[in-house]
Amino acid sequence: MIVYLVRRAGQSVLAVVAMAVLVFLGVYAIGNPVDVLINPEATQAQIAATTQRLGLDKPLWQQFGIFLGNAIHGDLGTSFVYGRPALDIILERLPATMELAVVALILSVGLGVPLGVWAGLRPHGLAGKTIMGGSILGFSLPNFWQGMLLILVFAVLLGWLPAGGRGQTTEFMGLEVSFLTLDGLSHLILPAINLALFKMSLIIRLARANTREVCLQDYVKFARAKGLSGRRVVMVHVLKNIMIPVVTIIGLELGSMVAFAIVTETVFAWPGMGKLLIDSINLLDRPVIVAYLMLTVLIIVTINFLVDVIYSLLDPRIRLSEMKG
Amino acid sequence: MTNSIASDLEPVGTPGPVRIDSPVRRVAKEFVEDPVAVVGLVLFVLIALIAILAPWLAPQNPYDLAQLDIMDGGLPPGEVSFGTGDTYWLGTDQQGRDMVSAIIYGLRISLVVATMSLGIAITIGTVVGVTAAYFGGKLDSFIMRIVDLQLSFPAILVALILLALLGRGVDKVILALVIVQWAYYARTVRSSAIVERRKDYIDAARCLALSNRRIMFRHLLPNCVPPLIVVATVQIAQAIALEATLSFLGVGVPITEPSLGLLIANGYDYLLSGRYWISLFPGIALVLTIIAINLVGDRLRDVLNPRLST
Repeated sequence: MIVYLVRRAGQSVLAVVAMAVLVFLGVYAIGNPVDVLINPEATQAQIAATTQRLGLDKPLWQQFGIFLGNAIHGDLGTSFVYGRPALDIILERLPATMELAVVALILSVGLGVPLGVWAGLRPHGLAGKTIMGGSILGFSLPNFWQGMLLILVFAVLLGWLPAGGRGQTTEFMGLEVSFLTLDGLSHLILPAINLALFKMSLIIRLARANTREVCLQDYVKFARAKGLSGRRVVMVHVLKNIMIPVVTIIGLELGSMVAFAIVTETVFAWPGMGKLLIDSINLLDRPVIVAYLMLTVLIIVTINFLVDVIYSLLDPRIRLSEMKG
Repeated sequence: MTNSIASDLEPVGTPGPVRIDSPVRRVAKEFVEDPVAVVGLVLFVLIALIAILAPWLAPQNPYDLAQLDIMDGGLPPGEVSFGTGDTYWLGTDQQGRDMVSAIIYGLRISLVVATMSLGIAITIGTVVGVTAAYFGGKLDSFIMRIVDLQLSFPAILVALILLALLGRGVDKVILALVIVQWAYYARTVRSSAIVERRKDYIDAARCLALSNRRIMFRHLLPNCVPPLIVVATVQIAQAIALEATLSFLGVGVPITEPSLGLLIANGYDYLLSGRYWISLFPGIALVLTIIAINLVGDRLRDVLNPRLST
C-alpha cells in the first residue's frame, strides 16, 4: 500500500510541476515577463526593483527555481487591479465556487441516478427514450448556451428567478453561503442547474447502461423469482450494484466541476473564482491569472489523487496491478 | 472490422481498393437504415455547404462597414430595412448588421477552426499513437504517461490556460484545440494498434523485411481507422462547442472574425432587454450543427463497432 501511495503521490507532484512549467513558459518565455508581471503603470524605478525581486535578470532555469520557490510559499504575485496578493483574492472567491459546485453535484446525482435507472428499466418506453434524448442534448450542447436558455426562459420570459448575481448571503460555519436565505436560494437555482446538466447527462447514461447490465444478472432474476416486490429489487439489488461505477465517476468529475464553473459563473455573473479568471483575462491582470491556474491545477490533482487512493482502498486489484505496471 | 485473414492473403504492400471498398459500402448501407442519422447527415452537408458558399449566399457582407446602415440597428426579425428595402428575416444587431449574413459567416469561421484543428490533431495523434503501439516498451509508456497526464485535466481548462497566455486569434484557438485534442486520437489509435500488431499479418510484413515506417502506416494504420472515425465525429462536435465557449468567454477568435460563439456573446448583453434574436439565432445555428454531427456520429459508432451498440 505504501509503495502504491508513494508512486501515486509522485505522479501527482509530477503533474503539478508539469503544469507549472507550462504556465511558467507561457508567462516567462513567450513575450517579455516584465510586461506580463509588472503593472504597466509602474515607474522606471519600480520596474527595476520588481525585475530584481523576481530575478528576471537571471538565466531561465534559475528563474524557474525562484518561481517555484515563491509559489510554494504562496507568493504568486500582486494583483495589478486590486493591489493585493493574487492568492488572497482568489481564496476569497473560493467559497462561492465551491457552494455552486457542491449544489450542482448533489443535483446531478440526486436526479441523474433515478432518471438513469428508470431509463434502464424501461429502455424502449417513451419515458426512457425521452430521458436518453435529453441526456444527449445535455452533454453535447455547449454549457453557456444551456445557461442562456435558462435565463431566457426563467428570468426574461417567465420572470420567476433572477438572471444573475449571488443575492443575499449568510454566515454558516464561518463561510458566506447563499442557500440559507430565500433570496440567495433563488439566485443559486439557475446556475446550479446549469452546472449540473452536463454531469447529470453523464450519470444518466452510466446509470442506464449499468442498470440494463445488472438486470440481466442471475441474482436479479432470482430476487424476482423469490417474489420480492419490484420496488425492493430495484432499490436493493439493482441500485447497490450500479453505485460502484457511479461513485467513481462522481469523484473523477468533481475536479472538472471547478473548471466548468468558469463558464457558468460568467453566464450568471456569479462572483466565484471562475468569473474572476475571465475578468482578470479581460483586464490583463496576469498575476491573478497565474495564481488561479496554479491553484486550480492543485485542486484537480489533489482530488484525482484522493479518488485514486480511496478507490484502491475499496478495490485491492487496482493497487496490485499498479504496483506491477 | 477485423479482416486480418483477408489481408493475410493479399499481396503485401498493395492495400488495394477491393479490400477497402466493400467495408465502405457495407457501412454506407447500414448507415442509411436509420432515418434519423440520414436526416443528421443531410443537415450537416447542408450546413457545410452554406459555410463554404457563404460569400455567394449571404445577403450582405456583414464585415464590410459600407454595407451597414446604422439606422437599421436592433431591428427585430422580419423588419424591413429603412435604406434598401430588404427584409431582415432574423433581425439585425446593434450596428444594423443582417443576422442571416452574420450567422452564415460565423458558421464558416466556426467550421474552419474546428476542421483545421481536427486535421492537425488527428495527424499528430495518429503518428504518435501508432509509434507508441508499434515500438512499445519505454517509448510507449512515456508517451502514454503524457497522454494520461493531459487527459486528467478538463479540456476547457487547458484551452483557457493556453489562450490566457497567448492572447486571442484564430491561429491561437486552432493551436489550443490541437493541443487539447491530439491526446484523444493518440489513445484511440494506440489501443487499437496494440491489438492489431500482435496479428500474423504484421509478423508476415516483418519477415519480408519491410521498413518500420511502411509497416506502421501501410499495414497497421488502415486497420485502426474505424474507431478513429468514431472518435473524430465526437471530437469535431466537441471542438465546435469548445471554440464557441472560448469565444463566448472572450478569449477565442478576435472581434474582426466573429464565430458563432462570439456572435452569441455580442448579443448576450441585449438578451435581458428583450432583444433575444441577436444571440438566440446564432445559438440555434450552433446547436443544429452540433446535433447533426452527433446524430451522424452515433450511427457511425453503431455501424462501425457492433460491440458498442446497445
